[in-house]
Amino acid sequence: MPVSLSNSRVVFDALKACGVRLMSALPETWLVHLIRLADDDPDVTLVRLAKEEEGVGVSTGAHLAGVKSAMLMQNHGLLASVNGIVSCAQLYRIPLLMVISHRGAFGERDPWQTEGGAVTEEVLRTLRIPFECLERPDHVARRIADAQTLAYSSNKPAALLLCRELMWED
Amino acid sequence: MRREEALRAIYDRLNGTAVVTIMGAVAAELQALGHCSNFFYLQHGMGLASSVGLGIALSRPELPVLVFDGDGSVLMNLGGLTTLARYRPRNLLHVIFDNESLLSVGGFPTATATGTDLAGIAAAAGVPRTATVRSVEDFVQEFDAARESRDLATIVAKVEAIGPARFVTDLGLLENRFAFARCLRQMHGEAV
Repeated sequence: MPVSLSNSRVVFDALKACGVRLMSALPETWLVHLIRLADDDPDVTLVRLAKEEEGVGVSTGAHLAGVKSAMLMQNHGLLASVNGIVSCAQLYRIPLLMVISHRGAFGERDPWQTEGGAVTEEVLRTLRIPFECLERPDHVARRIADAQTLAYSSNKPAALLLCRELMWED
Repeated sequence: MRREEALRAIYDRLNGTAVVTIMGAVAAELQALGHCSNFFYLQHGMGLASSVGLGIALSRPELPVLVFDGDGSVLMNLGGLTTLARYRPRNLLHVIFDNESLLSVGGFPTATATGTDLAGIAAAAGVPRTATVRSVEDFVQEFDAARESRDLATIVAKVEAIGPARFVTDLGLLENRFAFARCLRQMHGEAV
């Protein structure tokens, strides 16, 4: 499976370096290494979800209890979480850090991913959630740290899109 | 039993516990009994109260956490019961007030009105301790026994579909949220 292990590790290490101690996740192909890294790390609590929107609640609880967290999900997980993001994280000003695999963009071969890819960035803009793309390993740590800093200073969600260039090796 | 009676019966046991409630009647009635800074009312995000409770419970394993849920809310996040059971936080008690209706939005019946058994669903999801209670006495007894067990439990309390006259209070949502987070920072529970 040509998902980049080394770049997954760069993302994971950057999240840990920001103090993230709880990660909620629903598996998808691009996230396999990230989820395994989280599962194997005794310093990280991995919460495997049945549906991504639960992760908004879990991260809200973690934040209220003083623990930094991140959601790992596919862009369809973002779409499945929209009500929770608006009516829990945004309503209650939670610094929700979302790491979203950006399936369905240029280079996507799976036909079933293409609709989600076409709307992901517009949905984030409509929700007024600031986001940046992670495309190269050299800017991952800085962008993740910056996203978390803005999330905390604004008490609002922030998102990072895991892009094909970073996650897929072929 | 009325939900307000059940809440009143265990109100003095909530000290030192992180309490998360759903929106609507549960939030209004608990507030009417007397708001405390260790109460957080999730006034929207329907279905997510149990997930918020899970996030708190996993983050603060020494702190007792109590979620006051409802049948309509649980039905919107049934998968969350499987996540609760999977992580089995021993400091979390999940109470579902089941009035078999969506009371605050017109009283339309939920699926529990036609036989859906939420305690059965929780048990089948893997929650180790579940019960359905129909009287205040049984509720208090099961509430105390569940806390004594120091394990994840779901109590379904069958209550009448009667709510307060009004749902909006003068407690701001963000005021509640920030004070609750500050309160949790100051709370030091026992190891569970």
